[in-house]
Amino acid sequence: MSTATVENLPEVVAPEPFWTRQRRLGLALILIGGLAAVLFGSLAPGEDARFTLSEDSEGAALSIDGQFGAILFGLLAAAAGGVLFAGLAKRWSNALLSAGILAFVLSFLCWQVAGEFMPLVDTTDGTLQLALPLILGALAGVLGERSGVVNVAIEGQFLMGAFGGALIGTMAGSVWAGLISAAIGGVIIAAILAVLSIRYLVDQTVVGMVLNLFALGITGFLYERLMQPDAQTYNQPPQMPEWRIPGLADIPVIGPVLFEANLLVWIALALVVLIHFGLSRTRWGLRTRAVGEHPTAADTVGIRVRGLRYLNVLLGGVVAGIGGAYFTLVATGSFTKNMTAGAGFIALAALIFGRFTPVGAFGAALFFGFAQKLATYLGAIESPVPSQFLNMLPYLATLIAVAGLVGRVRAPAADGLPYVKG
Amino acid sequence: MANDHIDITVEPGEVHALLGENGAGKSTLMNQLYGLLQPDEGQIVVNDEPRVFKSPRDAISAGIGMVHQHFMLVPVFTVAENIALGAEEVRGGPLGWLDRRRSRQDVIETSRKYGLPVDPDALVEDLPVGAQQRVEIVKALTREVDLLILDEPTAVLTPQETEELLAVMRSLTAMGKSIVFITHKLKEVKAIADRITVVRRGKIVGTASPDTSEDELAALMVGRAVSLEVQKTPAEPGRTVLKVTGLVADDDRGIRAVDGVDLEVRAGEVLGIAGVQGNGQTELVEAVMGLREVRAGTIRLEDDDLVGMSTKKVLRSGVGYIPEDRSHDGVVKEFSVAENLVLDMYDHAPYGNAFSIDLSRVGANAQERIEQFDIRCQSSSTPVGTLSGGNQQKVVVAREMSRPLRLFIASQPTRGVDVGSIEFIHSRIIHERDQGTAVLVVSSELDEVVGLADRIAVMYRGRILAIVSPDTPREEIGLLMAGITGDTPEGEK
Amino acid sequence: MTGFLRRLWSANNVTLTFLSMILAVIIGAVLIIISDADVLAKFGYFTARPSDALNASWLLVATAYGDLLKGALGDPAVFSAWFAGTATWQQALTPLSETLTYAAPLVFTGLSVALAFRGGLFNIGAQGQAVLGCLAAGVAGFTFGLPIVLNLIVALVAGVVGGALWGFIPGFLKARTGAHEVITTIMLNYTAGLFLSWLVIQKGVQAPGRTDAISKSVAESAMLPSPGGVLRVHLGIILAVLVTVGVAWLLNRSAFGFELRAVGSNPHAAKTAGISVSKTYVLLMAIAGGLAGLGGAVQVLGTAHALTPAVAGNIGFDGLLVALLGRNRPWSTFFAALLFGALRAGGNRMQSFSGISLELVTVLQALIVIFIAAPALVKAIFRLRAARAAGLGASLAKG
Repeated sequence: MSTATVENLPEVVAPEPFWTRQRRLGLALILIGGLAAVLFGSLAPGEDARFTLSEDSEGAALSIDGQFGAILFGLLAAAAGGVLFAGLAKRWSNALLSAGILAFVLSFLCWQVAGEFMPLVDTTDGTLQLALPLILGALAGVLGERSGVVNVAIEGQFLMGAFGGALIGTMAGSVWAGLISAAIGGVIIAAILAVLSIRYLVDQTVVGMVLNLFALGITGFLYERLMQPDAQTYNQPPQMPEWRIPGLADIPVIGPVLFEANLLVWIALALVVLIHFGLSRTRWGLRTRAVGEHPTAADTVGIRVRGLRYLNVLLGGVVAGIGGAYFTLVATGSFTKNMTAGAGFIALAALIFGRFTPVGAFGAALFFGFAQKLATYLGAIESPVPSQFLNMLPYLATLIAVAGLVGRVRAPAADGLPYVKG
Repeated sequence: MANDHIDITVEPGEVHALLGENGAGKSTLMNQLYGLLQPDEGQIVVNDEPRVFKSPRDAISAGIGMVHQHFMLVPVFTVAENIALGAEEVRGGPLGWLDRRRSRQDVIETSRKYGLPVDPDALVEDLPVGAQQRVEIVKALTREVDLLILDEPTAVLTPQETEELLAVMRSLTAMGKSIVFITHKLKEVKAIADRITVVRRGKIVGTASPDTSEDELAALMVGRAVSLEVQKTPAEPGRTVLKVTGLVADDDRGIRAVDGVDLEVRAGEVLGIAGVQGNGQTELVEAVMGLREVRAGTIRLEDDDLVGMSTKKVLRSGVGYIPEDRSHDGVVKEFSVAENLVLDMYDHAPYGNAFSIDLSRVGANAQERIEQFDIRCQSSSTPVGTLSGGNQQKVVVAREMSRPLRLFIASQPTRGVDVGSIEFIHSRIIHERDQGTAVLVVSSELDEVVGLADRIAVMYRGRILAIVSPDTPREEIGLLMAGITGDTPEGEK
Repeated sequence: MTGFLRRLWSANNVTLTFLSMILAVIIGAVLIIISDADVLAKFGYFTARPSDALNASWLLVATAYGDLLKGALGDPAVFSAWFAGTATWQQALTPLSETLTYAAPLVFTGLSVALAFRGGLFNIGAQGQAVLGCLAAGVAGFTFGLPIVLNLIVALVAGVVGGALWGFIPGFLKARTGAHEVITTIMLNYTAGLFLSWLVIQKGVQAPGRTDAISKSVAESAMLPSPGGVLRVHLGIILAVLVTVGVAWLLNRSAFGFELRAVGSNPHAAKTAGISVSKTYVLLMAIAGGLAGLGGAVQVLGTAHALTPAVAGNIGFDGLLVALLGRNRPWSTFFAALLFGALRAGGNRMQSFSGISLELVTVLQALIVIFIAAPALVKAIFRLRAARAAGLGASLAKG
């Protein structure tokens, strides 16, 4: 052996291609930033864009010349793109990306708001309210998908939640009874999803889509049979009260949004934190992730794979059902047929856009909520930008995300695969 | 039935080898012992106590641990997380807050105690297979098992790593642990086992001591005397058919897998590529077949340039190909035998054209091949997935050998195949060679390469370290497979 | 009894379909009863006079399902009136005409989903592709003003191209970047819907003099020919038969069909055998999109005649159910579409005659498909009942 030499081959690593993720994103930002500076800048009137710190035109305001602002922020977006493209500050690439997108949005706003005003409290509040069901729906998705069960039935869970909340809330005359029933409504759909996909091994996406139609049908049927003829008995649920925390509620902008709010806001925010730490720091989270990534490995160390999946899907049902309650107990005072109108799919989009993490999903939901709020705002100021296109934003953003243009979205390895022993 | 009334006893501190060919029912037996599968009848007795294992949890608490053939590790978890999984150290009562520090500590302690170095903070997906196997063993040992089941642990190891593993096994038994060692490799059994139980078709066909000769063990395993030798006459190499120079290709993760390979295969000879799995053999073959992007280098099939050619064109220019993973790449299980037999010729005369398929021709072809290649199936319209592994492989072989070939590439041609089919497939490969086809055989079974090849190229870390004759001593080839070149005459052609 | 059931299981899928329908109908009946206040009130004194509640329930359910059947297949009363000369043959055949009218677009969307499924792709995007088909066919139908026949053909082709484009995108993304088609097609569905609702209120598209969201009407020369009068059935159903023949040939006899089935069952083996998986995905999704687009075109040119945001209704999503019910086989899918058309046509009559919401039909459809997708569940339900019946029989014998 003494004459033998171990071939000392260097560890070979593939050379990094020129078009890295940073470069592609950087170039995209440069392009849209430049476009914003030129296009929005030339379209924007040279009047002040006022962002008031209240719910209307009154009070203190941040204000900037529309044309100047549109050009400035467009250039800032392009600059952020430039830094990304040059490959500087690699550690900060996500922050740079966020800053670039923010600057682009601000450039757009300067153009639109020039000569008008945008009430920031109202906008922030509206964003959070519109994002509420999306946050809850996406968290429901996180619970299921991280343990390996695809949930495309969030829409159906919303509908059942909204319906259950309205029906029982009205009949019991209690908003809390409504909230609990909403959760049960979500759990019903979740239970069918769980049994069919975990026990009967039916394709999870197929079950999910069929359950959406089932929920649409059954809520629509009972709505027309019960609620329409006699709304007073069945469809006038009490509304969730707004609570105010003295002191905190006086903080500008954030105060009235977060601390003078209904319970759902706090539930949603608490769940984001809870699920985030639950997944990353607890035994339940470790096992959930193991079951979603490699169920056989989990089985061989004695974890009950199916049991854990049942638990998580049902928990997801509770969360999504509460999300459904938003529609009847917070947003409007009654149930109508197909009232969720695709919100469940935006929640699904937020889940994917947020890379299957609670915090990511939360951020994505806020972003999508903002897009929706902006759409109504632009409608109100009679902007030439059609609201339909802003409403497309969540879908297009997700399309771009899954197409890998913004880095690869990696689902849990065993997501969607039923677990069969042996 | 995978297991038919099997009785087996393991004593403390012994290595009990369970020997049997692929599909004999060894893994099924051990999965029952580990609680993954439930036996229809019979019982398990641990330390004189009858036990029923409903899940691995029960088996673990009875002191049984298992290292599976395919590692049961979550790739995106750290070593410590993987080892803790299922037996987590927690604080905070019902909250189940993970105590990561204690989990790490446990790993480090066990690793020291048994002399199995593992890094608790490394991500499992970044570790080489040898290290992953250590993680698996440490995982079992932290659960303080008395009996460790090792299912085909050496399949993915180099000869040197295998030696190390055997040493670990010895020290474990010295500390009083018992080991069940599942394998089909005779040499290893003889090297380590205290007792040997041979399993065939779900039944115990005999027990043996480590002194039993290899031929006897093989005969027990297969049920008849087998010739481990491949019958063939000396090759008569002709013109060069395949010429590869400076080939570079990456694996699926973008890491260089083939790093400057030169080789030639001549008409009428078998070039065998030996090497431990994962040293670039798969990527080399896939690059030749047009299944993988060629980063640099040339591949010439006589006068044709194969670089950049689609797989379909490569196949049509007279290349036959048996992929290494039959069920993944070789057959479409839902398709009938007849359809699988034309899987790469369905749109070619006489079976069809670019638009339509002539079903009667496809059926007639199937009848002919089924007879010619002795494929055991109910009819040509049976789905291939219902056939045995050996017969599925014969379907692939029949498909690829039923047209005139210039080059035949067989990757792990007999993996997971019964001995009868192995002999048949080997004889067909030699038959193809004798008809003047250039043959390239890739196998991680050194015996197979030595038996079939006229020349052996040893591959290590993406390079051909040496080309040697099949008469070269095995130890020497083994060292080459581990990347150790010494005074070996290099470039012997 | 159990022997009979066992033979039924082994019989074929038809049995399963039949049992699934029975289960769905039973659950539907329960829904009808519990959502009727009058009948529920009678259940209030069930122990005192059970016959009241049972009779009322039976009457309610029988009337509802009776109307469903009459609306789907034909009303015996109208048939006898026709033979007596007091009603026209058109009146007698109206229910069948309605069934075929509703079924026609579903055949196309169902085939779209089924074909993609066979290639291993779950085309949830049939809805969006149908919307694009509607949009393109509608716009072509009122824009070009070509002569008869030609105008129709151009509008149909426009629908196919629109849908194919919308199918091409997810196919391309899947082939190029591996983006999962379920996600991309869901996103494209809503994008298409929003785009349509924007388009119909644009100048040049919106019907002159209207403020609501409706487009100009399609030129008569671009409409699918129909007998007219009370019979709304149109050429679309004939087209559906032809396309089903075509899809069946494509799937089972063509080289591309072989490729897509191979890719659908095992893409790795297909690739190894020289089949280009990417090309197959792209082409397959374009064809599937084209089929769904044709469904949309048939909807606009045959029935709706003008674009509204909801012109495509739910035909794409219903197509999913149709394909699942048809187990992704072309002719089974065709008949599944007929069944769904019949349910829809019957549901209309049930709604107007018995006052039972049309949504019941959606529930029935979803339930049937759920049961079909989980055969083990249906077997478990019936085995349980059979076992109970056997147990009951045994105890009776003892008693």
